[in-house]
Amino acid sequence: MPKGNSKDKSYKPILPGTSDWPVVQLSRNRKQFIAKVVEEAFIKITDANPGRQELREELESTLYQEKLRIKQNPWRVDPRDDYRFWEHVKNELVELASEHEAREKEEDILKRVVSRYAHEIAGNFKKTRYQLTREMVKFGFARLLNATRVKRFGAFFRNEYTLRDKIQITGKAKQLRRLARKGTVVMVPTHFSNLDSILIGWIIHVLGLPAFIYGAGLNLFNIKIFAYFMNSLGAYKVDRRKKNFIYLETLKMYSTLAIQEGAHSLFFPGGTRSRSGEIESSLKLGLLGTAMEAQRSIYMKHPNGDGKKIFIVPVTINYNFVLEAPSLINEHLERQGGEKYYVESDEYSTSYNMIKFLIKFFTKGSDISVSIGRGMDLLGNYVDDDGNSIDKHGRFINTRDYFTSNGEINADKQREEEYTRRLSQIIVKEYHKINRVFASHLVAFTAFRLWRKQHYKLDLYDFLRLPEEEMVINYDEFKTQFKKARKHVFKLKKQNKVNVAAHLKGNIDDVIKMGIDNVGMYHSKRPLLTDKAGNIITKDLNTLYYYHNRMNGYDLEKYI
Amino acid sequence: MTSKSISKKPVGVIGAGSFGSAIANILAEKSEVLLYARDSNTVRKIAENKENRGHKLHTNVTPTGDLSYLANSCDIIFPIVPSSAFRSMMQQLSPYLHPYHILIHGTKGLDISLPPGETIDSVPFLTRENIRTMSEVIMDESVVIRIGCLAGPNLAKEMAANHPAATVVASHYKEVIREGEKLLRNDRFQVYGNSDLIGIELAGVLKNIIAIASGALSGLGLGENAKGLLISRGMVEMIHLGKAMGGEVEAFVGLAGIGDLVTTCNSTLSRNFTVGHRLAKGETLEEILSNMEEVAEGVNTVRIAKKFIDTAKLRAPITEALYEVLFEGLTVDKALQLLMRYPYNVDIDFL
Repeated sequence: MPKGNSKDKSYKPILPGTSDWPVVQLSRNRKQFIAKVVEEAFIKITDANPGRQELREELESTLYQEKLRIKQNPWRVDPRDDYRFWEHVKNELVELASEHEAREKEEDILKRVVSRYAHEIAGNFKKTRYQLTREMVKFGFARLLNATRVKRFGAFFRNEYTLRDKIQITGKAKQLRRLARKGTVVMVPTHFSNLDSILIGWIIHVLGLPAFIYGAGLNLFNIKIFAYFMNSLGAYKVDRRKKNFIYLETLKMYSTLAIQEGAHSLFFPGGTRSRSGEIESSLKLGLLGTAMEAQRSIYMKHPNGDGKKIFIVPVTINYNFVLEAPSLINEHLERQGGEKYYVESDEYSTSYNMIKFLIKFFTKGSDISVSIGRGMDLLGNYVDDDGNSIDKHGRFINTRDYFTSNGEINADKQREEEYTRRLSQIIVKEYHKINRVFASHLVAFTAFRLWRKQHYKLDLYDFLRLPEEEMVINYDEFKTQFKKARKHVFKLKKQNKVNVAAHLKGNIDDVIKMGIDNVGMYHSKRPLLTDKAGNIITKDLNTLYYYHNRMNGYDLEKYI
Repeated sequence: MTSKSISKKPVGVIGAGSFGSAIANILAEKSEVLLYARDSNTVRKIAENKENRGHKLHTNVTPTGDLSYLANSCDIIFPIVPSSAFRSMMQQLSPYLHPYHILIHGTKGLDISLPPGETIDSVPFLTRENIRTMSEVIMDESVVIRIGCLAGPNLAKEMAANHPAATVVASHYKEVIREGEKLLRNDRFQVYGNSDLIGIELAGVLKNIIAIASGALSGLGLGENAKGLLISRGMVEMIHLGKAMGGEVEAFVGLAGIGDLVTTCNSTLSRNFTVGHRLAKGETLEEILSNMEEVAEGVNTVRIAKKFIDTAKLRAPITEALYEVLFEGLTVDKALQLLMRYPYNVDIDFL
């Protein structure tokens, strides 16, 4: 398989000692930091609930939701005293029921709830463990690769293939390193697989960046091996079951303050993994909003202009296959039917499954690419390598000015929400731009479109229920259509609207073959195959739909 | 911010046409106003006589011919220039603008953005990406994103005469609406806020098409039933087109939509109405345009809307008929016969 244009470069760490890392400093002052989160979140929540009954109602609805969660959707990682804690809150609230003026007591309960949440969220970064994990990942991955690529057991201990061969890093890596020195980086990758967080952790290391903090789903901590990685990599915990206002405010405050402290941060703005296989088309604004708030706070606290600037760096990850694809797409299709509530299912529910997956992943050999986008400021203006924001006409912009009204920097919640919405749209555009089209994505797209067109009168669900035996495309027809699609992709590339993997160029038959060989290559039922006569067939239309969706948003359907 | 009553800085108005001057006068009741005019004679005349186009200007209005001075002196600027000159004005203004600026425009027209060398007649299609509202032009050309627009029944002559009136300030930013209210509102001038910026801009723009048609009906002397018919069908057409171009229905049923539509359809003071009226009297478009003092935005809007309708495969009978009258020599009488034979089936199908 051609390697693409990834350069085998090694990057020196940008900070010489780990003790200089913001995340290390944050964990050193963990206690004070959590105290600050509690204090500020508390102020924010009480400010938002000034009325006589408001705070009590907030607490009551939180209690109700938490009890429901404990009953309906408990997880292994939940603390043992969960039930007891909330039962206690309930009793206290019952006692208050007859009192009309009990603001003080209500605030007391609130403080304990916020504090409990903040402790749960806070990461537990351990420097020594981080270093160990890092070495393990490096060693383990590299050995796996060698053994499987060279197919001789002796190769296990040789360094012929490195992880860098398999995982191509393209885009603005150098700029990212510079920006991480100049200011605080908020990295926002697309999210397809649970593997993403480990992958990104590894990328951050390869690029010589200090550890980032990131919000990892609490469910990942169910799996011991993941928990180990997460705890080592500066993760903080995000519990997506908890949707109550108090929890969300505490979580956002944690992120805001950490970014303000200069901790580089990473979150998946899509929220959860893309169920449909599409590149995220709309983003969750909560955590993104914390970066906005942090930037404005920094400007307010540093009127002389020496506050750090925050840089947003979009990242698009591309896989030829996603382990979870079949179940993700099924969830997506189910949810399209109006299902709002869903329980997240986890394919690697145990460490054993996870390791099995990793081995499978590396033995079956297929590339992953990580495209790093150009850095931008909070308003979506690109920045140069020195971190200066630049407008469309090449003029410098002072980002502070966006938060200025009548000559002063001021907080305006609605304005910041609007800015965040705008930023999210710009990030989505950037994802599509830096996305690298793989042959596997394009063959999936072409085949699915051709079948869909044959049955255009059926709605999607009826179409997906058609028997797979009927699905056959003559190779030559497929080739013609694939050619058209590829041509258009190259045209888009010229317009700077998408990127392509190097392997997409070259002889069309080879490209098609590579695409078909790689698309969803280790699913038990392959989404795309060739039969003995060389025709294109499928064994799993749903999963094919998933991989096809990857090319949504480029108007390619006009051409096939 | 709310503690401060009014920014101490002057407020800028770009464009000394009749609407620009009227807005400058309203603003001047509360603030110092810098009024930009491109033409140095106009600047001089205003400075000497405090008068423009026969209307008295408030003593707080100071004319200027210098965009950089205006941008440096004012945080809030009201650009009110014809849509055909809007982009080039923004290009000149843009180097002096910063993200702290707030721009609230008062231009009811569209701009088209095409590949170099292409014109509206040469391109086969006109998609939404090619059509820019004025707020989109501001964003294309400058770093300003706190943008608003003024829309509503704002006949400049009536405003100059201090008759009661109202306007809508539309913006995605409450801050912009607040500032607009603070600066504009007085005993005779009411201000409403709306967050559907694009919808409100489109309502103001598309209404001009119907205003021309209304002028034509009046030119034919056809009475009130016909006018009622036109206003209601015109409204439906505006909503269909407006939705296709990214506005919400709500924007069209408010002050900037129906309010403005009723006003312009009834008013002999409106330029668009005048165009229609004179067409019905038998003049050609060229004759009318050659001796009009200010641009009737509706003419350009009809041209753009027609191409968009064709591209998007929509049906908008009034616009299409008007296009033929304006550019293809159809007589107003014939157009009316066509419209009366048009098979409408349902009255309202968008609520």
